[in-house]
Amino acid sequence: MKGFIAVYVRELLILRRRITRLIPSWSVSPLLYLLAFGYAVGRHMDVGGHTYMEFLIPGLAAMSSMTQAFAISSEINVSRFYWHIFEEFQAAPISNISYVLGEVFAGMTRALLSIAVILLIGYIFGVTLSYNFWFWLALLLNSFVFAALAVGLAMLVKSHADQSLLNSFIITPMAFLGGTFFPIERLPEWAQYALYFLPLTHATKAIRKAAYGDLPLMVSYLVLCGIGVVFFFIAVFCVNKAKD
Amino acid sequence: MINIEKLSKNYKKNEALKDISLTVKKGELFAYLGPNGAGKTTTIRILTGLTHKTGGTAYLNGFDISKETLKAKRQYGVVPQSTNLDHELSVYENLYIHGLLYHMQGAKIKERIDMLLSYVALKDRKKSPVKELSGGMKRRVLIARALLHEPVILFLDEPTVGLDATIRRRIWGLIKKIQQDGTTVFLTTHYIEEAEFLADRVAFIDKGTIVAVGTPHHLMEKQGAWAIDLIENGQVETQYFNTREDADQYNVNRHKSYTLRRVNLEDVFLTLTGKKVTE
Repeated sequence: MKGFIAVYVRELLILRRRITRLIPSWSVSPLLYLLAFGYAVGRHMDVGGHTYMEFLIPGLAAMSSMTQAFAISSEINVSRFYWHIFEEFQAAPISNISYVLGEVFAGMTRALLSIAVILLIGYIFGVTLSYNFWFWLALLLNSFVFAALAVGLAMLVKSHADQSLLNSFIITPMAFLGGTFFPIERLPEWAQYALYFLPLTHATKAIRKAAYGDLPLMVSYLVLCGIGVVFFFIAVFCVNKAKD
Repeated sequence: MINIEKLSKNYKKNEALKDISLTVKKGELFAYLGPNGAGKTTTIRILTGLTHKTGGTAYLNGFDISKETLKAKRQYGVVPQSTNLDHELSVYENLYIHGLLYHMQGAKIKERIDMLLSYVALKDRKKSPVKELSGGMKRRVLIARALLHEPVILFLDEPTVGLDATIRRRIWGLIKKIQQDGTTVFLTTHYIEEAEFLADRVAFIDKGTIVAVGTPHHLMEKQGAWAIDLIENGQVETQYFNTREDADQYNVNRHKSYTLRRVNLEDVFLTLTGKKVTE
């Protein structure tokens, strides 16, 4: 299991090199969403007794925990197809679990840093919420789910081009349908049931409730935990499949 | 040190390796010679855990690569054909991560990095980003990285491909030094002169089959000592002779364009397979 430290340290060193470029890039989308939806569209909107900005910030945090954790798949593919660094890990005496664990931790770290940027922007916009234990736990679990999914899928894709398909078919629909920008209760009942199959829906609901100072439903945490563990072991299996 | 028995690899209908068997002795420098696509890299990839084998067994320093995978992986270092260094990171960082991958302690990693960077004459480039290094320097970093965890076997997959003649000679010197320090070296190449200069023993591989194994001297001895390449109608025909006198005698009264030279491993490969290693 020690090998995961090497994989994680490598990702941290790269992250450190890029951090000055990453922070502005993590800030652009939330800023645009807050300006466009928070100010322009939702300025006088009330969502369940909260301003739209208060509604939006936890949603953006949930979405960012998903997108940035999932972004580790692009990093893996660049190092796999372009730099062939994945071969160095395959030749080393480390288990598949260690490799997946290192990459998942790296994805979660990226996610947490990007969330910190969003919360800072929210603070600048005057939004103050409760960032308690349940809030951070839901974010951690959500980033775990999507980092594990990212590692598994990164092992299955055959080229860089496949990677953009994953974003188009998995991440973008989930970002818009997982309750980031609107309460899913406004959708037809059948659609709400369908959306409960998405992990982001559970994460958004839990994060938002915690941010409002309420106790989230424990079932959301259990669902995230369960899906995360399943994705993690699928990823471990997929690492072996990545060999010729 | 390396024992391979009936190793095979199929890619759908393509048989990349056909039941090859090999033994490499401790401390030996073994060259695996063949044209592109012959199965050299596939063999190394299987031995180093990058590719699944279809059949057969392989042992590295006594450890089965399938059943004792992690122990087998500790026995070797690999210098791959294409550079697989982190270009964004420094030379030191690349080597440090490798040390962590092999569960080495921090102080030991630092000590080995300093020692190996001196060994490959790159101590002054320790903090340089890999992207700023030349091709030859990157190859030396790869060699230093492969030796960091003190492996008993070093796999070198086409270590001098794409390098100019001067750098190639420098790498050869380094490989010889590594062998003299006690490491068993398994080298794939399609450069005849590389195998002749470096190898204690050579195996020829063609279309996934080993066609000959022996010392370069022994393999060439069977072919003869001298060769004459006769050029006629744009075609080259080669004749082999045991002595220089026989070769000279052959040329008496011939007014064709010809070249007299020593026999090399290319001649042996050509005779065995009907084609050149470099084809």
